[in-house]
Amino acid sequence: MTETSAAKLSFQDLILRLHLYWSRQGCLILQPYDVEVGAGTFHPATTLRALGKKPWKAAYVQPSRRPSDGRYGENPNRLQHYYQYQVILKPSPEDAQALYLGSLAEIGIDSAAHDIRFVEDDWESPTLGAWGLGWEVWCDGMEVSQFTYFQQVGGIDCDPVSVEFTYGLERLAMYVQGVENVYDLAFNDSGTSYGEIFKQNEIEFSAYNFEHANVEALLRHFKDAEDECRALLAAKLALPAYDQCIKASHLFNLLEARGVISVTERQSHIARVRALAKGCCEAWVASQGKTESASA
Amino acid sequence: MAELLLEILSEEIPARMQARAAEDLRALVAAKLKEAGLAFTSARAFATPRRLALVVDGLPEKQPDTIEEKKGPRTDAPPQAIQGFLKAAGLDSVGQCEVREVGKAKVYFHAVKRAGRPTSEVLPALLAEAMAALPWPKSMHWGGGAARWVRPVHSILCVFAGGPVSGSALGCTFGAATRGHRFLAPDAFEVCDFADYAAKLLAAKVMLDPAERRAEIARQCAEGAGEAGLGVKDDKALLDEVTGLVEWPVVLMGSIDGRFMALPPEVLTASMRAHQKYFSLLAADGALAPNFLVVANTTTTDGGTAIVAGNERVLRARLSDAKFFWDQDRKIALGDRVPALAKIVFHAKLGTLGAKVERMAALAADLCAHVPGAGRDQVRGAALLAKADLTTGMVGEFPELQGVMGRYYALHQGESAAIGDAIAEHYAPRGPDDRCPRAPVSVALALADKLDTLTGFFAIDERPTGSKDPYALRRAALGVIRLILENHIRLPLGAIVRTALSLYPLELSESVPESRDSLTTVLLESQGSEPARRVPARDSRSDRISGQVLEFFADRLKVHLREKGVRHDLVTAVFALGDEDDLVRLLARVDALGAFLATDDGANLLVAYKRAANIVAIEEKKDKVKYDQPVHPGQLLAVEADALRQEMESTVQFFDRSLIAEDFEGAMTRLARLRRPIDLFFDKVKVNTDDAVARPNRLRLLSQIRTTMNRVADFSKVEG
Repeated sequence: MTETSAAKLSFQDLILRLHLYWSRQGCLILQPYDVEVGAGTFHPATTLRALGKKPWKAAYVQPSRRPSDGRYGENPNRLQHYYQYQVILKPSPEDAQALYLGSLAEIGIDSAAHDIRFVEDDWESPTLGAWGLGWEVWCDGMEVSQFTYFQQVGGIDCDPVSVEFTYGLERLAMYVQGVENVYDLAFNDSGTSYGEIFKQNEIEFSAYNFEHANVEALLRHFKDAEDECRALLAAKLALPAYDQCIKASHLFNLLEARGVISVTERQSHIARVRALAKGCCEAWVASQGKTESASA
Repeated sequence: MAELLLEILSEEIPARMQARAAEDLRALVAAKLKEAGLAFTSARAFATPRRLALVVDGLPEKQPDTIEEKKGPRTDAPPQAIQGFLKAAGLDSVGQCEVREVGKAKVYFHAVKRAGRPTSEVLPALLAEAMAALPWPKSMHWGGGAARWVRPVHSILCVFAGGPVSGSALGCTFGAATRGHRFLAPDAFEVCDFADYAAKLLAAKVMLDPAERRAEIARQCAEGAGEAGLGVKDDKALLDEVTGLVEWPVVLMGSIDGRFMALPPEVLTASMRAHQKYFSLLAADGALAPNFLVVANTTTTDGGTAIVAGNERVLRARLSDAKFFWDQDRKIALGDRVPALAKIVFHAKLGTLGAKVERMAALAADLCAHVPGAGRDQVRGAALLAKADLTTGMVGEFPELQGVMGRYYALHQGESAAIGDAIAEHYAPRGPDDRCPRAPVSVALALADKLDTLTGFFAIDERPTGSKDPYALRRAALGVIRLILENHIRLPLGAIVRTALSLYPLELSESVPESRDSLTTVLLESQGSEPARRVPARDSRSDRISGQVLEFFADRLKVHLREKGVRHDLVTAVFALGDEDDLVRLLARVDALGAFLATDDGANLLVAYKRAANIVAIEEKKDKVKYDQPVHPGQLLAVEADALRQEMESTVQFFDRSLIAEDFEGAMTRLARLRRPIDLFFDKVKVNTDDAVARPNRLRLLSQIRTTMNRVADFSKVEG
């Protein structure tokens, strides 16, 4: 395989390149949200900002936690904690695909040398009450991104429609660097590997997620977060309420990793989080209405 | 005569939707053109991942002129009425109207000629309506617009008679330009007609016609495989899918890392197919070769080296996962996985998979009495293990390998080949074209699984309706039918269904609507004829549900036999005999009947039957009495009638033996012997004689022809 110099991008340079690229496209470069989430979509900069009429363009890295995916550091492709690069453009521009392909070129994936494909993959988040249509983007047979036109969030129709690009950063970096084990990724250009920084996390958090997380406490926290969220919604505080909603979602994921959620309970827990998310989205839209009319 | 060309260029359309969308677009536009009086000679539609295109040939340049006729009042109507008509029609005097005689009255008529509009003026709205009406399985909005399509639309090309058509739809203004391949020829170009369009697209690295693309992929695959001395593993569904993923197919060959070749071939194929859409390759001896074919959508400067390297890398990661599952799964014996099934829900109302395999084991053991060669212990053993592979990592990753993995893991723990095969085959046949199991243990287990599922879902009133069949119960019923017929399994289906139902816990009882308990009444009702016999609805819930399951089987059997080309009326004639729930016997009767009716005697006898039945029906109606009593031997008063009576008597005696022995061909042959006496009877004997003693007896004799022949099949249902 012919590697161009750009194809040697370190993990951190990959992020920097994406930041620069999307900054040039007029995106706000935001920071990760400081509450545990399962995916970049949960960041309020996507979930909430996808609603309402105001245009919005943002890009950010979001650490994402999927407790059930932990493999004690033994699987070269699976992590319980990884990084997503998230872009949201509202309204979706006509050249959304071209913009996205431009970002691949920026990190050294040249469409003249690779086989890039948009393969149907519709997205749905039952806990967020959200869905959209789009694709997974393939590069030489590997999924490098999710590309979604949001149709509904929190059960509310998106008008205008936003487009979301989600890059799995580790996988993308593995591709760009030609590495087959995530822990072998070059984090920087000075010889520090991804494994040196994160392998211990994976081992210890896998043990926590699967063996040590206190189930009674988690169940209690879930209930607390749910109650708090409802109380905050009653006080019309959409953003603090949403924090509690995503906390409940993460607690549910931990409970699931502990294997204590039965099939029927699973559905009811998802429905409970969805109800919170819906409440938060409605509260957010209502608050936007006020600020919009106040500024008008 | 002119040509219309339409192309909708959009972002990538899901592969599975393309063919249907092209056909829908063609049909919608064709219907609207006809509605508008625009005849054409042909309409063809094409789809690629990024475009739907339609070309309509032989359209007129303008709509034909039409005449709209308005009928006015009678000439002798009051003047106000006549004036009103003239005013509404915009006329000055009655002189501009035509007078015609309608019945005895004279009536004013006025004809308005409407000049046809130029086609190019009619097209924009017509096409916009067709595009808006196109049904997608899922559609979306984009940006801030109101348009709805499967994915965002970028441009619409619309050319008629060599020139652009002005109009707009889906948020786009019509133009005469399009673009080629996304990466290889992204620039816009204009076209003037379809030939120009197809040629320029091809130059711009887009193969428009899916049939051509498909053939080209197949050709390149065969060529690539051939060069390596290999063959391509046939996979029509995959070929269809990849045809919808590329505009410019380029087939490349990659290698499978040798350390994965010890995996079961099904795992390799599933891994390559499901996630990566690769074709598997076969060596001369039929074994899976350590290579694959990937269909890329582009040519690259390095001849595909980077693409192949990338795909090989992805495959290594996929197969590492698969190998991990394969190694892990075999650390736990399949038998030790059975208890875990008690934690997996089969259906909320039908309990766990653990309960299901227990029921399957009991039912399959019962079925052994009807499946020659199936040993109870083996069948029970296979049933208990049948679903255990659902708890393995491999089946979790590749659900389509259920059963297949069970066999590998069963053999690994030392089970017999018969048990392994039964586990692998118990989901089969999965449809009309799937291979039907033959081995006795497999047949018993496959029947048990499907019958358990069918009765369970009927018990909770989850039956297929219209196009909705979420639990694939139609497929299950067809599976049972094929297993029975193709293996000649003699099975009292009614009793077996009741057994299957009895294995479910009683509290399953739901209120289930009343129904009759026979295969045949429903069938006949669905054709609007009178049921041959009605079985009184029984109180027992179990009988009600099993009745519904049997109705369902009757329905599916009818469909199955029709698809096999069996004459529909013959099936109905045999069904009409009553509740026959032995499908093999039922089919034997149908076959014998068909063979008989194809003979000269059979055809002739059918005519005689209908004649006799007609006469009896007419006379019974006239006399308001039934002629179904026995004939008094001495009172027929005609030699030919006596001869017929004797022949009939011996036929009845013969039937008493042959029908029990299921010698349907023999019964038919015997029936043929009735032809001559019946012919003679009709020739020589007057049925409606004035003799008050002979007449009712002769009618009874005719009635007997009907009842006797009806023991083989209800000939009144046979057409012709």
